Amino acid sequence: MIIDLGLIDYEDCYKIQRDMVQRRKLCEIDDTLILAEHNSVFTIGRSGRKDNLVVDENYLCARGIKVLNVDRGGDITFHGKGQLVVYPIVLLKDKWRDLHAYMYNLESVAIKLIDRYLLNPERCIGRTGVWVSGKKVASIGVGVSNWVTYHGLSININLDLEFFNMIYPCGMRDVKMTSLSQLIGKDISVEDIKDCVVSDFENVFNFGGVDFAPTEAPEMKS
Amino acid sequence: MTDVKLPSLAEGVDKATVTYCYKGVGDVVKEGEDLIELVTDKATFNLPSPVTGVIKQLFVCEGDEARVGSIIAKIE
Repeated sequence: MIIDLGLIDYEDCYKIQRDMVQRRKLCEIDDTLILAEHNSVFTIGRSGRKDNLVVDENYLCARGIKVLNVDRGGDITFHGKGQLVVYPIVLLKDKWRDLHAYMYNLESVAIKLIDRYLLNPERCIGRTGVWVSGKKVASIGVGVSNWVTYHGLSININLDLEFFNMIYPCGMRDVKMTSLSQLIGKDISVEDIKDCVVSDFENVFNFGGVDFAPTEAPEMKS
Repeated sequence: MTDVKLPSLAEGVDKATVTYCYKGVGDVVKEGEDLIELVTDKATFNLPSPVTGVIKQLFVCEGDEARVGSIIAKIE
């Protein structure tokens, strides 16, 4: 099942995710892929620290931008218009109960998308995400509850990259962020690539609403 | 008495950091309900209770490193 929530506040989307996680645990729903775009928000994962936010929180508050502590892995990141966020709600089974393998396959979804534009996307060992020419274009932070996944993958399409100058993305001071639009040198919208992302997700995860079973044999990271 | 062990989370991962305890000693827990939250790399993992019962012992606190295969809690 695919659910496109369009532009939705992060917290509202989170409530929907948690509700769907509970329903997936009870087998009331099939595996589901949620697509969303958020209004500007910074989120800090369980490994994160607020000092990786390099602007005053009051400055953001005055502009209606929240900083939220959230229950995903990873450090601080930014979500905003022009970024597609993909939230798979899937029950990991059997040999796929491997968090690294799951995240590897999420990376594969972004790699397949970016590869369509002949941009040579890469993984970086020890730095989860997808990179082009040393700049990060897609980020991953996940949660798993009773082996049902939530949170997920965000891909920068045409968002305002200035927001990333307000943080040390993922807690790393040397990270430069980029977007698909910046990389290809022309404006491309979230709407333009949604169908591609769904298709790439279906290919990587062999996702037909039946059982979650990735088609790629993941290579383990060090 | 049921021992709750930390399962394998990923190939090559032998421990994870406890980031939150949903339950404490003496609490009633239902089968499938989250007991603790752990984090490894870019993922959080909520360890569920395999049974319904009362938590008799909890061997980890927030901030602890839990090893895969170790007993996290005893539930009666």
